[in-house]
Amino acid sequence: MIIIPTINLTMAATIAVLYAVGFYLLLSRSLMRVLIGVVVLGHASNLLLQLAGGPPARPPIIGTDPAAMADPLPQALALTAIVITFALTTFLLALGYRSFVLVGHDEVQDDVEDRRIGGQKADPVALESADDDPPDDSDDPSSDRIASTDDDVEAAATGERERP
Amino acid sequence: MAEPDRADPDPEQAWDGPRQPWLLNGDCRGPRHRSLLLEITTRAVFPTVLVFSVYLLLVGHYGPGGGFSAGLVAGLAFVLRHIAGGGGDLGSGRAVRPPTVIGAGMAVGVVSALLPLAFGLRVLESAKLGAALPVLGAVEVQTSLFLEVGVYLLIVGVVLELLRSLGSGIERDLEESGERARQ
Amino acid sequence: MSTVITLPVLLPMLGAAVTVVFARSPVLQRVVGVVVLAVVAALAGVLLVVADGSGPVVAELGGWAAPVGIALVADRLSALLLLVSTLVTLAVLVYAIDQRIADYGRGTASTTFHPMYLMLSAGVSLAYLTGDLFTLFVAFEVMLTASYVLISRRTTATRVRAGMTYVTVSLMSSLLFLTAIAMVYAATGTVNLADLAGRMDALPAELRTVLGLMLLVVFGIKAAIVPLHFWLPDSYPNAPGPVAALFAGLLTKVGFYAMLRTQTLLFSRDEPWTLMLVLAVATMLIGALGALAQNDLNRLLSFLLVSHIGFMLFGLAVFDAESVGGAALYAAHHITVLATLFLVSGLITRRTGTVALDQMGGLVGTAPGLAVLFVIPALTLAGIPPTAGFVAKLALLEAGVGAGSGPVAVAGVVIVASLLTLVALVRVWVRVFWGEPRPALPDDDPDDEVVVGTAATAAPMYAATAGLVAVSLAISVFAGPLTAMTDRAGVDLLDRGPYRVAVLGDAP
Repeated sequence: MIIIPTINLTMAATIAVLYAVGFYLLLSRSLMRVLIGVVVLGHASNLLLQLAGGPPARPPIIGTDPAAMADPLPQALALTAIVITFALTTFLLALGYRSFVLVGHDEVQDDVEDRRIGGQKADPVALESADDDPPDDSDDPSSDRIASTDDDVEAAATGERERP
Repeated sequence: MAEPDRADPDPEQAWDGPRQPWLLNGDCRGPRHRSLLLEITTRAVFPTVLVFSVYLLLVGHYGPGGGFSAGLVAGLAFVLRHIAGGGGDLGSGRAVRPPTVIGAGMAVGVVSALLPLAFGLRVLESAKLGAALPVLGAVEVQTSLFLEVGVYLLIVGVVLELLRSLGSGIERDLEESGERARQ
Repeated sequence: MSTVITLPVLLPMLGAAVTVVFARSPVLQRVVGVVVLAVVAALAGVLLVVADGSGPVVAELGGWAAPVGIALVADRLSALLLLVSTLVTLAVLVYAIDQRIADYGRGTASTTFHPMYLMLSAGVSLAYLTGDLFTLFVAFEVMLTASYVLISRRTTATRVRAGMTYVTVSLMSSLLFLTAIAMVYAATGTVNLADLAGRMDALPAELRTVLGLMLLVVFGIKAAIVPLHFWLPDSYPNAPGPVAALFAGLLTKVGFYAMLRTQTLLFSRDEPWTLMLVLAVATMLIGALGALAQNDLNRLLSFLLVSHIGFMLFGLAVFDAESVGGAALYAAHHITVLATLFLVSGLITRRTGTVALDQMGGLVGTAPGLAVLFVIPALTLAGIPPTAGFVAKLALLEAGVGAGSGPVAVAGVVIVASLLTLVALVRVWVRVFWGEPRPALPDDDPDDEVVVGTAATAAPMYAATAGLVAVSLAISVFAGPLTAMTDRAGVDLLDRGPYRVAVLGDAP
């Protein structure tokens, strides 16, 4: 059974706004904003899935008239997608916290090696003499906000617990 | 469980220290972090929420509910306990490691997916079991309930693991760094 | 048979559950991991034989017939890739176990490594076997979530940075995938691939183009085709050795498999695909040229990985039976050879203490075994005659030359890219194996899990790597039957009939 959804303009606009906001947040450096962006994008795509199953406010409950019922499959798909987004959100939270513990902020940084190679002249000597530049976060005053040598701190972020 | 160790009662904390090792197993937070109302409410609500989650689990095949939502509801009960009692409460009152709960849930799920093979059915196929129990009367159970039980355990385990790593872990880190700052 | 096809997914999941519960028993964890993967490899072999002999194997989960229920399908392509992937997963697991034993002793356990490794294996199996677009999404998520944990566990600051890039990019592609699924469902009302194949043809051409491009972008990010490849050379080199080998071997090829499956099944075309030809040229050249600029061994290999994705894209772009079959063979060969090279790179780094090419030297004298282990996969990757790489590349070139002027020009680029690959690998050989022997550098990051700069390397680590080299050699020894089979797979893919009949019954 193919249900051709008549596009409700309000829903279409809502989804468009959600996608725009989500992608905008995804473009920022802070992992927390990325996280919120992922959540918003997840909502956007779930809403789109719902819309693919028919207009709103027609619950697929057995006993009602099948013609007035939304397609239940997209709802099942959306439920699965929600579960997955839930798992990924928690993982991003842990990763952001881990980054905060290690380097004092949660910003996604540049690829240092790539910058180095991109910046070097077409001269093989430069390749030989270039040292490994350390990541440029040493001037960050907050980088030692939380000392991170404790094994439990590591366990906190990655769910990892090593035993001797 | 034996009476928790309260060998050197901090006079600042002892006046409202718990008499029973139920919510805060002797590992009491500072009075400024406590909320009496929340603790009492939690004590009342926690078992109710757990029972409700089991109800959702059982009713899930025909009505709204199911393993995932039931697991989340049960998880919320533990979150409430975490908020009321702090990290120490969950850390001390729990005998099972969260990863074990996760693993048990997954194992139940996979085994219940494979179990129909033993009855000549296909993988993940479900059947209806009926029985006349003495008090309850006729009871019908879909075998997909076992899969739901696995999902339930899995979700509860994940929430507990989150509370341990992100909840108590971060609290502990903050306290430690706060102590360092004061030194 | 329909039971056998579910086991490559269910057994690793069960193994993951057991290794989580018995996290305190490292011996049990190791035994479970190795046994499960060995059994899955055997099952994949059985599936391959059956699928090649008597057509696709189908399982309908829960007894719900397709297109309503979820179908698992093993045809020649998916069974072949499943077999090769599982063998690689097994070898890398043995390597990782022995590395841990060598560094930390027999008694240490890691709570997350084994469960996540097995979950990743389950996700990969499901991605190969599923006959359903949404289940493909779930499989990708299982696989990627496990990979997120594997790449960022026991993290240091560098690895957290690389992990963030990887996770963010993968998440974006996952959400795009979900959006594409919603669009596909809105347009056709089904997510079953075999059912979609029939309904897609009825859609207007513009709509098909939009849906095809969305899925292309989604799988393009996962497969690292060129404008979408930037995350790969940043993240893979920072993963610990065995994990990088696993990712390099499997993840991009799963993306390519999904692209191959969806484009042939849903968006069938009669002539070479110009857009994909352009992408293939860009991927081959930019990857190979990028590799030449690198000084970090792992980054160099990552760029070569990207470059050789382009070879497979070329096979897909020509879009006839031989070229698609050639792409399948190339993917199978590529899985083994890249995993081997990353494992060898791990062994080199372990010995020299660094990944910087300009700080190594003279290993041919101090570690001749390592030199042999490097040379064979390197020659294979470059496509030097008796090796599997040559066989696979020849299949692609033969298909391309017969397909018109555009593909012929791109076939020339294939040869140029192969030469550039050879140059990059010769550069590695000269820097690492020739020259003055240098003393091993001390471990510059002692906090992380990987111990480098030590001469104490367990023999099983070499054995696991040699096992993969043997798989790669086996591909070249059995080149005749394998090529014949991938040719049949290519015919199946373009015909679509057998797949649809197997899934939907006899009235597609």
